[in-house]
Amino acid sequence: MNEGRGAEVLVENVAFSYGEAPMTFDLAVKSGRVVAVMGPSGSGKSTLLHLIAGFERPISGRIVIGGMDVTGLAPARRPVSMVFQENNLFAHLDVARNVGLGRSPSLRLSESDRADIDEALERTGLGGKQRRLPAELSGGERQRVALARVLLRDRPVLLLDEPFASLGPALRGEMVDLVRRLHAERGMTILMVSHHPEDARSLADEIAFIDEGRVAAFAPTGEMFSRAGPAAFRAYIGR
Amino acid sequence: MAPRTPFDRRVLAGIAGMAAVTLLVGGAFAGLLAEAAGNWSGAVAAFDPYLLRITRFTLWQAVLSTILSVVPAILVARALARHPSFTGRSLILRLFALPLALPAIVAALGILALLGRGGFFADWLTALTATRWQGIYGLSGILVAHVFFNLPLATRLLLHALETVPADQWRLAAQLGMGARASFRLIEWPAMRAALPGVAGLVFMLCVTSFTVVLTLGGGPRATTLEVAIYQALRFDFDPARAVALTTLQIALTVVIVAVLMRLGANMAGDASLPVAPRRPVDAGWPERLVNGVAIVAALGFVAGPIVAIVAAGLKADLARLAADPAVHKATITSLVLALIAALLSVALSLALTTARRALELRRSRLAAPGLLERLFDTGAGFVLVIPPIVIGAGWFVLLRGTGQVFSAASAMVVTVNAVMALPFAIRAIRPAYDAASARHERLCASLGIAGFARLRLVDWPSIRRPALTALAFAMALSLGDLGVIALFGSNEVQTLPYLLLARMGSYRTADAAGLALFLGALCLLLMLVVDRSRRTG
Repeated sequence: MNEGRGAEVLVENVAFSYGEAPMTFDLAVKSGRVVAVMGPSGSGKSTLLHLIAGFERPISGRIVIGGMDVTGLAPARRPVSMVFQENNLFAHLDVARNVGLGRSPSLRLSESDRADIDEALERTGLGGKQRRLPAELSGGERQRVALARVLLRDRPVLLLDEPFASLGPALRGEMVDLVRRLHAERGMTILMVSHHPEDARSLADEIAFIDEGRVAAFAPTGEMFSRAGPAAFRAYIGR
Repeated sequence: MAPRTPFDRRVLAGIAGMAAVTLLVGGAFAGLLAEAAGNWSGAVAAFDPYLLRITRFTLWQAVLSTILSVVPAILVARALARHPSFTGRSLILRLFALPLALPAIVAALGILALLGRGGFFADWLTALTATRWQGIYGLSGILVAHVFFNLPLATRLLLHALETVPADQWRLAAQLGMGARASFRLIEWPAMRAALPGVAGLVFMLCVTSFTVVLTLGGGPRATTLEVAIYQALRFDFDPARAVALTTLQIALTVVIVAVLMRLGANMAGDASLPVAPRRPVDAGWPERLVNGVAIVAALGFVAGPIVAIVAAGLKADLARLAADPAVHKATITSLVLALIAALLSVALSLALTTARRALELRRSRLAAPGLLERLFDTGAGFVLVIPPIVIGAGWFVLLRGTGQVFSAASAMVVTVNAVMALPFAIRAIRPAYDAASARHERLCASLGIAGFARLRLVDWPSIRRPALTALAFAMALSLGDLGVIALFGSNEVQTLPYLLLARMGSYRTADAAGLALFLGALCLLLMLVVDRSRRTG
C-alpha cells in the first residue's frame, strides 16, 4: 500500500438494494481529496460508505481503490479505515489496546508497536490516557481514540460516517481541525458523511450530494455552495 | 445476493455442535429401531393392557398435578401482585425460586421426612385418621411432590404476566375506584389468561416426563409412569422389547404435547428471573387482605415445609460418619467431575450454536427469511426437550447391551445426556448477550480483521463471560441432581450422589439418605446462588 499517500476511489455503476428502493452509485474521487458526502436522511449516504468499506455487497458494478478491484474483498483486506458515529471502541479494552487493534487484530504487539501507539495517542491529544477504559472518556475523547487507531492502521482511504454528530459545536470544531491536521500529514483520501455545511466548507475539497439512492451532484465545495449550486442541494441546506 | 461473502468459520462450529447432538439422539433411536426390527413380535406384544394402564396413569397424574398447581397459583400470583411491597415479599419470591434448583430426589426425601411413615407429621396424621399412618406413597405422594415443584413455578410465571400490566392501568383502576372483583375481571384475569395455556402446558409437560418423583414416591406398579416403566423394563425385567414399546409411546406422547404447546406459544425452557414490582397504589379492603394473606401463607407453608424438613432430617443424620464414608467421597467426586464436564460441554455446544446462528443471520439480507440451517440452530436445540433423557439413555442402553460394555459407558452417557439436557437453558442465557455484543462489534471486527480465536478471546468472551458462567453453574446444578441416566447406567463402579442416595433409600438407611439429601441440596443451592449473583451484578 502506498504509505502515507492517498488512493483513488472509483465507484462504478454500483447497484444495491435493501429490498425496497434500488440504489445506483457512480463516483470517482481523486487520490488525496477530501469529499463531504451530504444528503437527506435515508438517501443512501451511509450505504455508499458501507459499500466502499465492504460491509455491504453490491448486486452489480465494481469498486476500485488505488487501481485494485476490491469488490469481492473482505472489509479488513481493503485499503480502508472507517470511523462510525458510535461503537468504535470495545468497552472492555483500554485505550492503548483499542488503538493497538489497528496494528494487530489479535493484539500481538511488539515494543515498536507500543511506541507507535503512544505516538498516535500523543498526536490525537490523548497522551497519558493509555490505561483508561472507554467509559472513563468523554464522547470527543472516544472519537479521538478511533482516529488514533486510524493513524496506526495507516490506510490510504478514510471513511467517516458522521463521527462527530453527537458532539457539541465547539468539540466538533476541534475534531474537524484534528482531521485536517491528520490529512495534512498523511494525505489520505477522505470521504466524510456530514449534515453540517460548516464542516464541509472548512474541510472538504468537493461535495457529493446523495439523493434518492444516487449521486445527484458532485462538484467543488465553493461551486456547490454558490448560487449556481444544484437546486435540490440548496433546498437541502436551506438556502 | 452476497455470493462472494467468504465462508464464516462460526457456521462450521455450529454444524459440528449440531452433528454431536444429532449423533447422541440418533444413536439412541438406532438402538431402539434395531431392537424393534430384531424382535418385532416382542415389541408388538408389549402393547398390552398393562401398557395402556401405565399410559392412562401417566396422563391422569399429570392432569391432576397441573390443576392442583395452576389453580392455586392464580390465587397466589394475584395476591402477590395486589400487594407489591410488604415485608418479606421478595424473600417469598426467592423461596419460590428454590424448588427449581432442588434435585427431584432431594425434594422427594423432604416430603417423605414430612409425610412419610416415620415423618414429622406421622403421629399427628395417625391421630387424625385414627389408623396407623402408612406414609404418603402412590398417587398422593406424586401429587404433593409435583405441586411442591410446580406451584411456585406457575406462581412466578403468572406473576410475571401480571407485572407486564402497565403501571398506568393500575393507577387508572385506583382512580376509577375499581374493587377487587372489578380489577380481577378487567385487569388481572385478562393478563393471566393470556399466559395460562403456556404455563399449564409447561407444568403438564414437566409432570408427564417426571421420573425421579414417580420412582421414589410412586411405589409399586399401580402408580407407575411410562418413564419409570422404561427404567424397570431395562434394569429389572431385562425386557428390551417392552422398553422399545414404552419408549415409542413416550416419544409419541411428548411430541403431541409439545406440538400443542408450540401452538399455545409456551416458553419451553421456563424462566427463572425475578419480576420487579412497579410502584402501584393498592386499595384492598380487609376481607381481600385476609384472603390474600391466607393464600400466600398457605403456599409459603407448602413450599417451605419440605425444605425445612430436608434440613431438619439431614441434621439428625450421623453427618460425621457420612463425611468419613469412602463411598460418599467417591460419589461426590464422581458427581462433581461429571457435572463439571457436562456443564463445560453444554456451554461449548451452546456457544457454537449461538455464534453459528448469528453468523448465518448476518450473511443473509435483512428481508430474506432465515434458512433451514439457521432455524435449526435457532429452535432446533429446543426440541431436545421433547426427548426425555431416559429415552436417550434407554436407546443407548439397548444399543450397547450386545457389546457387554453398558456399564463402562456410564460416565460418557451421564456427561453427554446432561450436557444436551441443559442446552436450551444455556442458549437462553448466552444468546442475548452474544447477539447484543455482535450487533455492536460486528462491523468493527470486520473492518479491523479480528476473526477466529482472536475474536473469541478479545471481543466475544469478555461480553459473554457472565452469562456463560450463569449457564455453567445452572447446567452443573441440573447435572448434579439428575437421576435419570445414572439410574439406568449406574453400578458399583460409577455412582453419583443421587444414585448413592437412591441406593441408601432402597436399603432403608433413611437417616443416611436424609444426610446425603441435605448435602446434595446444599451443593445445588450454592451453584444457584452463583447464578443469581452473576445475573444481578451482570
